[in-house]
Amino acid sequence: MTLLEIDNLGVTFDTADGDVHAVNGLSLKINEGESLAIVGESGSGKSQSAFAVMGLLAKNGRATGSVKLDGSEILGLPERKLNRIRAEQIAMIFQDPMTSLNPYLKIGAQMSEVLTLHKGISRKQAEAESVQMLDAVRIPDAAGRLNMYPHEFSGGMRQRIMIAISLLCRPRLLIADEPTTALDVTVQAQIMTLLAEIQKEFGTAMILITHDLGIVADACECTIVLYGGRVMEQGPTDDLFAKPTHPYTLGLLKAVPRLDIDQDELETIPGEPPDMSRLPAGCPFCPRCGFSKPRCSTTQPELRLEGQLRRACHADVAEVAA
Amino acid sequence: MTLLSVRNLSVTFDVMPRGAWPWTKPNKLQAVTDVSFDLAAGETLGIVGESGSGKSTLARAIIGTVPAASGEVIWEDTDLTKMSPRDRRAHRRETQMIFQDPLAALNPRMPVGEIIAEPLLTHYPQTSKKEARTKVGEMMERVGLLPNLLNRYPHEFSGGQCQRIGIARALILSPRLIVCDEPVSALDVSVQAQVVNLLKRIQREMGLSMIFIAHDLSVVKHISDRTLVMYLGRQMERADARAIVRDPHHPYTRALIASAPIPDPVREKARHRPVLEGELPSPLDPPSGCVFRTRCPIARPACAEERPPLVEIRPQHVVACPYHDEQEPYQILPAETELA
Repeated sequence: MTLLEIDNLGVTFDTADGDVHAVNGLSLKINEGESLAIVGESGSGKSQSAFAVMGLLAKNGRATGSVKLDGSEILGLPERKLNRIRAEQIAMIFQDPMTSLNPYLKIGAQMSEVLTLHKGISRKQAEAESVQMLDAVRIPDAAGRLNMYPHEFSGGMRQRIMIAISLLCRPRLLIADEPTTALDVTVQAQIMTLLAEIQKEFGTAMILITHDLGIVADACECTIVLYGGRVMEQGPTDDLFAKPTHPYTLGLLKAVPRLDIDQDELETIPGEPPDMSRLPAGCPFCPRCGFSKPRCSTTQPELRLEGQLRRACHADVAEVAA
Repeated sequence: MTLLSVRNLSVTFDVMPRGAWPWTKPNKLQAVTDVSFDLAAGETLGIVGESGSGKSTLARAIIGTVPAASGEVIWEDTDLTKMSPRDRRAHRRETQMIFQDPLAALNPRMPVGEIIAEPLLTHYPQTSKKEARTKVGEMMERVGLLPNLLNRYPHEFSGGQCQRIGIARALILSPRLIVCDEPVSALDVSVQAQVVNLLKRIQREMGLSMIFIAHDLSVVKHISDRTLVMYLGRQMERADARAIVRDPHHPYTRALIASAPIPDPVREKARHRPVLEGELPSPLDPPSGCVFRTRCPIARPACAEERPPLVEIRPQHVVACPYHDEQEPYQILPAETELA
């Protein structure tokens, strides 16, 4: 059953340099219990799409298009109604667990606040549930930890606490925005395993936002590749990694150094990620693309389904995949 | 030919305990303990480890920006730790450093041309303006920057370009050793590959020795000739960069490899990825004996008693674990995985 459906989402920021289109025409569907990845480099609009869904855009940002939760529109809902959806239906975890926890409040207070506010239960009950949740994210000696402050935990522990807080109201969708970027590899592996276990246990759907193609490979069934605020390619993760049909996806996959393969030289994508306030008229990837054609710089290619994958590219699949 | 030889190098920091009086004796934090290795001319040594493993401190002790508590850093028969401050300063023209955060490493109020020329004018103050200008232009071309950008300021450049500026600044003195401290971890994937290729090319062309520090084992494997794995300030394993990934012996190296994801769903799902429990212990209170024993899957009571020595298990491959050969052989992918 479709849980969240995003249709033609656009995010525009009103800045001193004029309008900046951070996200253009993002569409996706996610079912209950499914996991989906949004992959992109910095400035690709991956985080802003998540903020738009949660109604957390900065004051100068506008979202257009439609975001439907269980078939009803949630984009542009008043704050009061959005607050019911946040945490109870959709929860979010952020990249840096230190800045998203309140340094002045004990963990216990930050956790029970969520429960007393959203579920209206007593403080005592809330603390008992918090302890259960800390147990669920494998924090040893959970009851004793409620009286500790965020700075007393390590980075990995803080991210576990963030995950515990986001799960308190049993949301049906978890949006994880670069949840492991600030962590060491061994801790990253722990957190990714934990997220997978939690998905299984609670049946939570997950949108994983990341720049790391490696963690996507294992964690998500579907993948969306963003570049310059536009979808380049989207579809089942297995197909996308095995036979990428978009020059950007292809380039990204070849640019990563691999542990399992010995490479002499990395293939690179020339140039730099685009300046979002001066995007080209056509395909944003055009200036860096090895397959670009004259019309690429003038007309933005439509996102079309070809085979298993949806792709936005003027070049033929056969040409790119060859 | 050995250019640099590090012998039993240790670095300690004084840490004041909480609520200490001015006359309280500070605690000793062992950031690096007893590290030894040789670096040949033209060779790249990669250092990997998690944050807090002492890899940056080790690099800084070699460069001389933090004092060594004991041990020797021998540069072609001269012990750098015993040099006079004046000689040591002069010696810095041989060793340059590239930093992690490319923008933070550049003075925001200096035009790029001046930033790149600064080491040259510091070490050779008699250099004429014209000479410096030509040299800066050469360096900028070498790292793939347009020389006509030399009057721009760092904020006008992207992260990848800033890192190129940092590289040009490090190269202008034609040093013989470059220490790169996480030079690509702040960059986007598509730019990271460009900078890695650039470093590799320059290293080859100029015959530089390089110490490449990173937490990402796949980048280190790609760029290094040999890899040194560190944990809590100690050496765990050191071997040929490709061999250490193909045939890792130390349980920590294995854990690092198992934790690093591979961007291929088929292979990733076929892999056995045991997750290492727990986190890095506090360096103020390291475990007795082997420092890795608190997280080690094959730890036994004897590990708590004595620090395991580095043992050479084959030429150029040393491991600090006496029980390494009691484990099953490790392969990054199971043998039956079809290679696409």
